[in-house]
Amino acid sequence: MAVITRGFGGRRRDDADLPPGQYRTDDFPVLSAGPTPRIGLDEWELAVVTETGERSTWSWAEFTALPADEPTVDIHCVTRWSKFGTSWRGVSVDTLLADVDTAAEYVVAHSYGGYTTNIPLEGLLDGQAWVAYEFDGAPLAPVHGGPARLLVPHLYFWKSAKWLRALELRLDDEPGFWETAGYHNDGDPWREQRYLED
Amino acid sequence: MARAAVPGGLTWQPATVAATRAETATARTLVLDVDGWTGHVPGQHVDVRLTAPDGYMAHRSYSISSAPGPDRLEVTVQAVIDGEVSPHLVEVAEPGDHLEIRGPLGGWFVRRPSDPRPALLIGGGSGVVPLMSMVRAATNPTRLLYSTRSPSDALFTADLATAQATGNTPVAVTHVYTRVAPHGWPAPPRRLDADILARVAWPRDADVVAFVCGPTGFVETVADLLVEIGHNPANIRTERFGPTGG
Amino acid sequence: MPTTNVGADDPPWVDGNALAGPLGEIMGTDLTVAELTCAGCRMTRPLAAMRVFDRAPGLVARCPGCEDVVMRLVRTADRALVDLRGSLVVSIPVPIT
Repeated sequence: MAVITRGFGGRRRDDADLPPGQYRTDDFPVLSAGPTPRIGLDEWELAVVTETGERSTWSWAEFTALPADEPTVDIHCVTRWSKFGTSWRGVSVDTLLADVDTAAEYVVAHSYGGYTTNIPLEGLLDGQAWVAYEFDGAPLAPVHGGPARLLVPHLYFWKSAKWLRALELRLDDEPGFWETAGYHNDGDPWREQRYLED
Repeated sequence: MARAAVPGGLTWQPATVAATRAETATARTLVLDVDGWTGHVPGQHVDVRLTAPDGYMAHRSYSISSAPGPDRLEVTVQAVIDGEVSPHLVEVAEPGDHLEIRGPLGGWFVRRPSDPRPALLIGGGSGVVPLMSMVRAATNPTRLLYSTRSPSDALFTADLATAQATGNTPVAVTHVYTRVAPHGWPAPPRRLDADILARVAWPRDADVVAFVCGPTGFVETVADLLVEIGHNPANIRTERFGPTGG
Repeated sequence: MPTTNVGADDPPWVDGNALAGPLGEIMGTDLTVAELTCAGCRMTRPLAAMRVFDRAPGLVARCPGCEDVVMRLVRTADRALVDLRGSLVVSIPVPIT
């Protein structure tokens, strides 16, 4: 028998543009599974590693000299908040992979600090994902994943790994930090793929 | 939304708000009646769950501020800006309202009546809440050091004065104000430091247990200072809460 | 990569005491007084003294010494997952009969 609490409504969750089970927020909640790594730009490096072990790397100067996009996207966190119209600047994953020779179908994103998340390669291509380094016109704050984070707005936001260090291309799928602990392997908010059994 | 209980696991119990008491402009105590509640150990917390008419649920943890007793307990809640549960409990809840609780919870940050050691209690802001339960239940020597920004931010001011003056075991209470001190206060506002701590604490060779509760940064600082002035780290128990989330 | 947790706007963490409710729901005993041995640095501490990052999809307990993950707890719609790969031993006190 449910105990209803008089006068309690909870977060707003009636917006038609929202994926199922989400509520809209205007602030930017900070979620993290661990302490914030502090990476100096002089030691920062982004790597793409293929299934044969071939590495392409970019220093901060090389990375920020690449052609950049300025996407404005909605983001959806599995803890049920969604934020509309977020503005970013970042390098498309298409650009990073342009000269990479691979037969991989899967990617594991690796973060400074040890976090990992897995995404099918096709979910990152064709303008669907970026490595973002500015938010709202300013350098991306460390708590939000700076210097640079993955941005995959069509999936729950845990797939948008903060403090991105490397994209590992793989022939097989390798579940990441949350995907090995009960969260869905794919994480599509519109199909409400929150947990492994969804 | 509704979940069946795991056998042997804790379950949600219905509770009724019996009374509310303003503690500061943004904090209040809720007196909860819970059938079959058998009491708690000072320092423990409960999870409080609210359910909206459409089945939506939210729950948060709150420390128990009352002395242990049957069928009734008190939680003291600080309203968190943009919080989901605490603003309801501080601003909306009224006597007669129904909610659910789970607990009592936590067997580590507790002062058991069977522990004869003197206790040094150090609270920052609303971190004094679980310590208040220890003060109210004190049967052994107890000292409380309570740091707040200003007198108007301090919880339980009158009750602490009473505990200091009376009670089976008088509790020594020291206030520290970090931003605004009361009129005529002998010291300017200051942060809690090793000097104050050393003055309030027992001598370093005494077998004392320390309980520190407050925001993460406060607890970190105090725990370090305690070790600095000679406390055994094994006898320091901490409870940190983040600045948001309520 | 060394990490620190000193910035004013860092994500907050709380003590392992906070796991008493979520774990109590699925266990018949208070696991926060159990001692866990960190697989990273081999230090043993009560779960209550671990650092819990609770602003995340699940609850993540980390060793305060080396910051490695010692426990993860995820509550799904019909399941509770307790991942203990970061702990070598979980030592649970039992009442003396």
